[in-house]
Amino acid sequence: MADNRFTGTSSYIATDDLMMAVNAAVTLERPILVKGEPGTGKTQLAVEVARSLGRPLHEWHIKSTTKAQQGLYEYDAVARLRDSQLGDDRVHDIGNYIVRGKVWEAFESEEQPVLLIDEIDKADIEFPNDLLRELDRMEFYVYETKKLITARHRPIIVITSNNEKELPDAFLRRCFFHYIKFPDKDTMAQIVNVHFPDLKKNLLREALDAFYKVRDVRGLKKKPSTSELLDWIKLLLAEDIPPEKLRGAESRNAIPPLYGALLKNEQDVHLFEQLVFLDRRANPQ
Amino acid sequence: MLIPFFYMLREGGMKTSITELLTLLEAMKNGLAGQSVDDFYYLARASLVKDEAHLDRFDRIFGAYFKGVEDSLADLMQDIPEEWLRHQAELSLSEEERKQIEAMGGFEALMKALQERLDEQDERHEGGNRWIGTAGTSPFGAYGYNPEGVRMGQQGSRNRSAVKVWDKRDYRNLDDSVELGTRNIKVALRRLRKFAREGAADQLDLDDTIDKTARNAGLLDIRMVPERHNAVKVLLCLDIGGSMDDHVRICEEMFSAARSEFKHLEYFYFHNFIYESLWKDNRRRHSEKTPTLDIAHKYGSDYKLIFVGDATMSPYEIVYAGGSVEHWNEEPGAIWIKRLLNTFPKSVWLNPEPKERWDYTPSTKLIREIMDDRMYPLTIAGLDDAIKALH
Repeated sequence: MADNRFTGTSSYIATDDLMMAVNAAVTLERPILVKGEPGTGKTQLAVEVARSLGRPLHEWHIKSTTKAQQGLYEYDAVARLRDSQLGDDRVHDIGNYIVRGKVWEAFESEEQPVLLIDEIDKADIEFPNDLLRELDRMEFYVYETKKLITARHRPIIVITSNNEKELPDAFLRRCFFHYIKFPDKDTMAQIVNVHFPDLKKNLLREALDAFYKVRDVRGLKKKPSTSELLDWIKLLLAEDIPPEKLRGAESRNAIPPLYGALLKNEQDVHLFEQLVFLDRRANPQ
Repeated sequence: MLIPFFYMLREGGMKTSITELLTLLEAMKNGLAGQSVDDFYYLARASLVKDEAHLDRFDRIFGAYFKGVEDSLADLMQDIPEEWLRHQAELSLSEEERKQIEAMGGFEALMKALQERLDEQDERHEGGNRWIGTAGTSPFGAYGYNPEGVRMGQQGSRNRSAVKVWDKRDYRNLDDSVELGTRNIKVALRRLRKFAREGAADQLDLDDTIDKTARNAGLLDIRMVPERHNAVKVLLCLDIGGSMDDHVRICEEMFSAARSEFKHLEYFYFHNFIYESLWKDNRRRHSEKTPTLDIAHKYGSDYKLIFVGDATMSPYEIVYAGGSVEHWNEEPGAIWIKRLLNTFPKSVWLNPEPKERWDYTPSTKLIREIMDDRMYPLTIAGLDDAIKALH
């Protein structure tokens, strides 16, 4: 049991509640559904769970055109047609034209794998319903070959969603759920530390202050998130910007350097510049 | 012990099911909850709540239910060496303040008042997660009873920190009755989409053709389909000016979201209420009007009619001829809106005013009656309900 617990990794800081949700899902072998602001490490979670438990990872990235069937298998009718025209012998065995999907691959895995179903809300509204039985019983039927495929080991399934569509209740009932909330300053400092271990303390503090100040601006269309903060710090390091400059920026309320990494929308940049301008006029130095 | 809690959740409006309760029990049997209340809270949350909009509700119910079972602040006093706490507090108090505390009924009473104040703050303050920190005006701040001092004592108890987790109510602003930006509105409106293939079958359905041909052992079998598009048609009527000025932002968001979401979207403006004509351009509202009858005749009954307005006006403006504030109307507005409703049976009224205030304005009640109660608040949750009513 002890080696089966997820406690975060050297490159991923997991909060207590996240660990609990993951461990519950691992123990009871049920899927875990992860939601949260973009850039808070939803997808990363699956990668880190696989790494920390030493399990193979299968990733299934969902697009708006993805069908549930594609995760199981596809029947490549075109290849079969071509082979039949060319008189290939393979044509007689329909099994030659069954292409395995990600779920099948995960089911066939030698040891218990981690299966990531990324951004499930991108798919058609019926998508989750089409997977109910597969996720519940961890088996499906291949009609063409009349074979029942059963998972050797029930995979640890991590599902992420950005909330673009509501997921059906029947589906939700089968999952554990965790909402990754935006990390507070302390957690954020830990996260940054993990990614930039030799970051100077004062630079980290100044950067975090500036970052949370930008996040606090009301009316931003897209608030900068953890991944944007990490990018920004990478840039600050690359450009070798001294912490004084960030602090200087704060006292004069200027725009933080390289803000392009934090604000991704021209309206947001405008809004921010305007606020800074107003503020400067109100408190001239 | 968990069954009453389960029913309390359901009474609280959460759609928790038996499957989920069983999952929780199974997890507890597997020793996941451990000994700590924090762990139990996290586990219960992960298994019973499936929508972040309900997290706040869950926290509140959890707090309320386990208050009796767990510890209130009063119980806590037994866990911590009281002398020590008192000492801590008194360190930062002046002689005069100490007297004031005595006057309030001593330390116990003050701690009780503190708990009450905390409960109260949860209700009223944004975030509600700062304990007493926001209470600049509270007597506790003034007494130098800073939460720092109190919390030092509290950290000595594991239970205390457990209560903190849900009493913090971090998820407060995710409740879905809060108005949000364009994107959320778009997502909500998207549910109104109805993809359909209409008209002539003029597109080659490549996949189907290949599939059918292959299944046909190679004999070509051509399949055609009509183009697929969003077939929903929407007629949007927006109230503009006057009391609607307070709601311009949310209406703009709603409008821009609707514009980009529907191919067949027609919109008209009105002022306060519907009369014999509407207009499309507010600057030329007096010169370029569209008669309401024309609208009823031009657009088919498959259009969904959405009114957006605060429904706040004098009742005369609805029921009397000549009631309009802007011009002389020969027929009362109520007759005009009924004509529209007869033509477009699928209709709703979205009201940007908070639902609690509806009952105070007679005109809102009147319009609700006319609309057969199909009036919804202009929030994400309200929009969801409205769209269900339109289906």
